[in-house]
This record gives sequence, C-alpha cells and structure tokens, in this order.
Amino acid sequence: MPLPSMKRDIEPWQDPNAEPYIQIESISKKYAFIEAVRNVSLSIYKGELFSLLGGSGCGKSSLLRVLAGFETPTSGRVIIDGVDITDLPPYERPVNMMFQSYALFPHMTVYQNIAYGLKQESLPKNVIHEKVMESLDLIQLSSYADRKPEELSGGQKQRVALARSLVKRPKLLLLDEPLTALDKRLREQTQFELVNIQERVGITFILVTHDQEEAMTMSTRMAIMEEGRIRQVGSPHNVYEFPNSRFVAEFIGSMNIFDGVVIEDEFDHVLIDSPGANCLIHATHAGATPVGSNVSVAIRPEKVMMSQTPPAGTRNCTKGVVKEIAYLGDISVYYVELPSGVRVQSSLPNLLRLSERNVTWDDEVYLFWRAENGILLMT
Amino acid sequence: MKHRLRLNSLKITAQRVQSKMHFQSMMVNIPLAWGLLFILVPSLLMLKISFSHCRLGLPPFTSLTQQIDSFFFNISIYVGNYVALISDSFYFSVVLTSFLLAAACTVACLIIGYAMAYGISRAPKRLHIVLVLLIVLPFATSFLVRVYAWMSLLNTHGVINTLLLNLGIISEPLHLLDNNYAVCIGMVYCYLPFMILPIYAALEKIDRTYIEASFDLGASKWQSFWSITFPISTPGVLAGCSLVFVPSLGEFVIPELMGGARTMTIGQTIWCEFFNNRDWPLACAMAVLMMFCFAFYIILSRILPNFTKTGV
Repeated sequence: MPLPSMKRDIEPWQDPNAEPYIQIESISKKYAFIEAVRNVSLSIYKGELFSLLGGSGCGKSSLLRVLAGFETPTSGRVIIDGVDITDLPPYERPVNMMFQSYALFPHMTVYQNIAYGLKQESLPKNVIHEKVMESLDLIQLSSYADRKPEELSGGQKQRVALARSLVKRPKLLLLDEPLTALDKRLREQTQFELVNIQERVGITFILVTHDQEEAMTMSTRMAIMEEGRIRQVGSPHNVYEFPNSRFVAEFIGSMNIFDGVVIEDEFDHVLIDSPGANCLIHATHAGATPVGSNVSVAIRPEKVMMSQTPPAGTRNCTKGVVKEIAYLGDISVYYVELPSGVRVQSSLPNLLRLSERNVTWDDEVYLFWRAENGILLMT
Repeated sequence: MKHRLRLNSLKITAQRVQSKMHFQSMMVNIPLAWGLLFILVPSLLMLKISFSHCRLGLPPFTSLTQQIDSFFFNISIYVGNYVALISDSFYFSVVLTSFLLAAACTVACLIIGYAMAYGISRAPKRLHIVLVLLIVLPFATSFLVRVYAWMSLLNTHGVINTLLLNLGIISEPLHLLDNNYAVCIGMVYCYLPFMILPIYAALEKIDRTYIEASFDLGASKWQSFWSITFPISTPGVLAGCSLVFVPSLGEFVIPELMGGARTMTIGQTIWCEFFNNRDWPLACAMAVLMMFCFAFYIILSRILPNFTKTGV
C-alpha cells in the first residue's frame, strides 16, 4: 500500500510564510535544585526529523518528557497543530514516545504490544488487526507476531518499539536515544532505516541523542543544547560549517581554535593577529569585529592543508613539527606543534598506503588554509 | 621438563575444580539430607501408622508386620481409617470449613496486601525500608501474644465492646469472638506480611517506563494498572497466595483460641484425634490426606500460570 512520502530537500524553515507544526514557547522546567530546561523556544515543521543534541545533563531528555507529558513545565507552552497541549495528560496527547529502554511490555507478545495503543482507543478488532499487520509489515517482522519481547534481538526490539509508537499515527513522535542500545554496525544500518520509515509515514520526529554522528546523519535540523539552553539551531551542514559559538564549534566535530586581535577590519575581509598561530589570519567577515577586539578563529582539521614545501603567500600559513599521527584507516590526523606550543590538527585522507606516506614524525611541515574556511567567533 | 610442569599445573587446576565441585555438592546435599531426615522419614512413619489399627497400650497402634517364623512375616494393611474419613460426613465438613476459612483469609489478605504492597512500592524510595520494617516488626513478638492481643480486643468485655458501650452506640456487648469471623480476622492479621512481601518484591521490580509507556499509548491510570502492573506482578501474587493459603489451611492455634465451639478445622481435628481420642492411625490418615491436598495445590499452582501464559 502506498504511503505518503516527504521530500527531504524541502526546507520549510527557510520559508517565512511556512506555519510551524509544533511550537515550543519559552519552556522552563525547574526541579528542586536544578533548572533542567531554561526558556527554550523552538518551531518545528511538519515532517521534520528534528534532533536535540547535547551532553548528559543538558536538559534534552527533560524537554522530551515535557513534550510527552510526563513532566509539567514550570512555565511556557507547547502547541501542536494549533492546539495547546501543555496541560493535557500523556494519554490524551497526540504524541507518542519511543523509550530508550524500548519499554516493551514483557508479558505481551509483539502483536499485543503493537495493538496495545489501538485497544485503548477501543477500535473494532478487525481494524486493530489490519493496522497491527500493516505496521509489522513496515518493520519487516510479520513472522514474529507471536514472540515475546525476551525472544527478540536488540535490533528487533527497537523496531517493535518503533512500530508500537507509530501505529497510532501520532502527530509527533518522540525518540529518546533510539539507537544507543544497539551496537555500532547495527546502529549505522538502523539510522537509514529509521529515516526511510519516517519518510514513508510522514510523521514529525523529535529525536534526543548525545551521538553527534547520529544527529548529523538523520536530522533535517538539529538543536545543540547546553545547561538547559539551546545554543544553536540549524541543519547539520549549517551547524557544522557555521557554528555560532566556541561551544558549538568544539562540541560538533573537532576544531582548531586560534585566539587573536583584529588588526584590520575591511568590508571584504578581517585580518587577525594571532600569536598562537604564528601568522596573520585572513578571514571573511562575520558580524561586527572592530579593530582591537578579541576574536577566535576556528578551522576544521580537514580544511587545514599540509605540505613539506612552502605554499604561495604568507597569510593563513604557519610552520610546525609533526608530533603525533593518528591513523584511523580512512584518514590520518596529524598533530602539528607550532613554535608557540599550540597544537594544530590536520586530517588528510589516506590516498596512499601507510608504507608509501612521506610525512612522518618530527618532520617540519607547512600548514595553510583558505580564508573562507576560517570561522570567526566572538570571545 | 616443560611438559611435566604443564601437566602438574593441569593437575592442580583439576584438583581445584574437583574441590570446588565437592563444596558445591555439599551445599546441595546438606538441605537434601535435612529434608530426608526431618521431613521424609516422619512422613513415611505417619503413612505407616495410618494403615494400622488403633489399640490401647504403647504404642497406641498395631504393627503392620506379623512375624510368622524367622524368615517370613505377614504385612497387613488396614485402610479403614481412610474409609472412615471419606464416609463420615463430619470429616468432610471439617475439610470444607478449613478450606472456606483458608480461602476467605487468602482473598482478604490478597486485597489488603496488594493495596499495601502497591502503596509501599509507590512511596519515596528511602521510605521503602522503613515501611517494610513496620510490616515485619510485629513478628518480633510471639505469635501467641499477638493472638491473645486480638482476643482482648474482641472479647465480650474487650476494648472494642467497652468503647462502643461507653460511647452509647450499642446497649449490650457484641459477640465478636468465638466465631468464624474472629478466626478470619486473626488469620488475616497473622498471615498478611506473607502476602505483602512477595507482592511488594514483584511490584518494586516493575520498570517505571512500562507504566509511562502505557500512559503514552493512551491508557488511563486504571487501564494501565489492570493491563500492565497487575499482570506483571502475578508471580508475586501467586507466591503470596500460596504462602497464606497453605499455613492457614492447617492452622490450629487461631481457630482453637478465637473460634467458637462449632468451628472445627483440620488442624483441630487432628489434634483432637491424637490427644483426646488417642486414635493415632486416624489422625495420621488425616494428616496424610492433607499433605496430598497440599501436593495437589502446589502442582496445580505450577501448572496454572503456564496455562494462563499460553491462553492469553
């Protein structure tokens, strides 16, 4: 049976006329001693796969529990499809959740687990049967209908939990660390499977994760959280390439950061004197950076190029000694120490076999990067 | 040389494994020996006596074996005791009374005990140990003292009657003691902890996320309880029911002290046959029958959960 499909390249958040489907309006959640969520506002559009990404204790799970209705927010509102659900109990919300532990009922079979939510709506038996079989089909576990959860593998449990939370066709599906319990290989497969299922059913997903790779692979947009606040919201590409703060820059991927002082502020470029980098850094504009202000320049390791012969030009170019080489198979990360003592990471794809590599420990190398790859961050 | 060393080390590990197994088999054998010596042997003796005649003298029963000469002997088995038990309606009514009392006690314990166990399991975590301790605390005093305490409460001139009389709610004392209700109250009071503890243990283990998941899928609190919490706690419920039903079926002290003259339970009848009538064979036959009843109950309670598992 055909299911509606969503095109992923549509970006409703770019469209000023688009109406957000889920509105989270200044939600705060205070516990006795800590403020888990601080004044969080988000607009999420229909059909999105939105990730809340952050370390442990950043408030992402508390926010998810507020959305599910297990916690009442101290202040703020949650609106889904124009309806304020802030004060509704969990069993009256058009929201379902997939738990980190899956929480499959141990005394019920796979079939009964999936049918549970439908039974609460007191639907006729044949309708329930039809819907359960359809979702078993979706997760390709039709032959496992009569198994107990304890007889399933981790991946199968995960799919049953997904089917159980999707079968009621909620307006919003919350996923609490959906892949954490799986091993790495299965996790990678399941990421795409989850995205495919989400596209087929067309339900809006909010996913909580601490795994940035997971968030980057799967989400349309993601929010980086720290200490209960949202630090940045954007598409994975946007957050990775244009982090808005030092925290986000360092949280997502690895980053080389040079501190410096602006010495030239022209309309097309900024020139920064960075004693740490032992060179003048030429970067593109990013907001107001008057001469004399302290700034940081962040450059991704894969954008730092390395050579043993001096490149043309003197800007964005520095010299150092290779101290450490981390061989990761597909790439190698070179840790180069500059005369200032600052260590710079440069990652290069291993196009040649290790034995044929020409740069090795204690070699003197030149590091350089393109001006537009330097990200200017206010300090 | 090297070879020998390896062999030696192998020997040592083999010895270690052997001594460990020795220890393990000892740990299994001790309870087994205990059971054989103090449970099986007396039971077999009881079985033997139940097939003999009653007589005046010491011992108060006839021997099953009769020596004919130095090699042969007769074995005579007398089943009259069992026939008497089955044919006499008095014994049937005794068994029925005991069953009804035990069943009523079990049901009452289940209702009260489940509510209390649920309450404890939902209380703040640090209070659990205190509440469980409060449940177990009365066991620190003697069983008899607790029964007498209840008697002084329910007596014609007891605490409850005096209070009600003084308040003017009743004009003459209520007959609270010496009937089946009093026996029930006494047994429920004494066996309640045996119901609460296993149910509490089962409820305590239930993952909170199951309950949250059921709410999330649209179940109200009541629906969630009957579809998730109660079914998952059934092992605790079954264990609690067995722990209450079995001893209350054979209970002797409480019906003797709190029951009326007409209340006659299995325990009391066995006592009566032993000590008042000095009919040991009949008393033994009754005890054997009761043991078979328990065995039947235990087998049934093992089979029934399997049926419900596949039946649903």
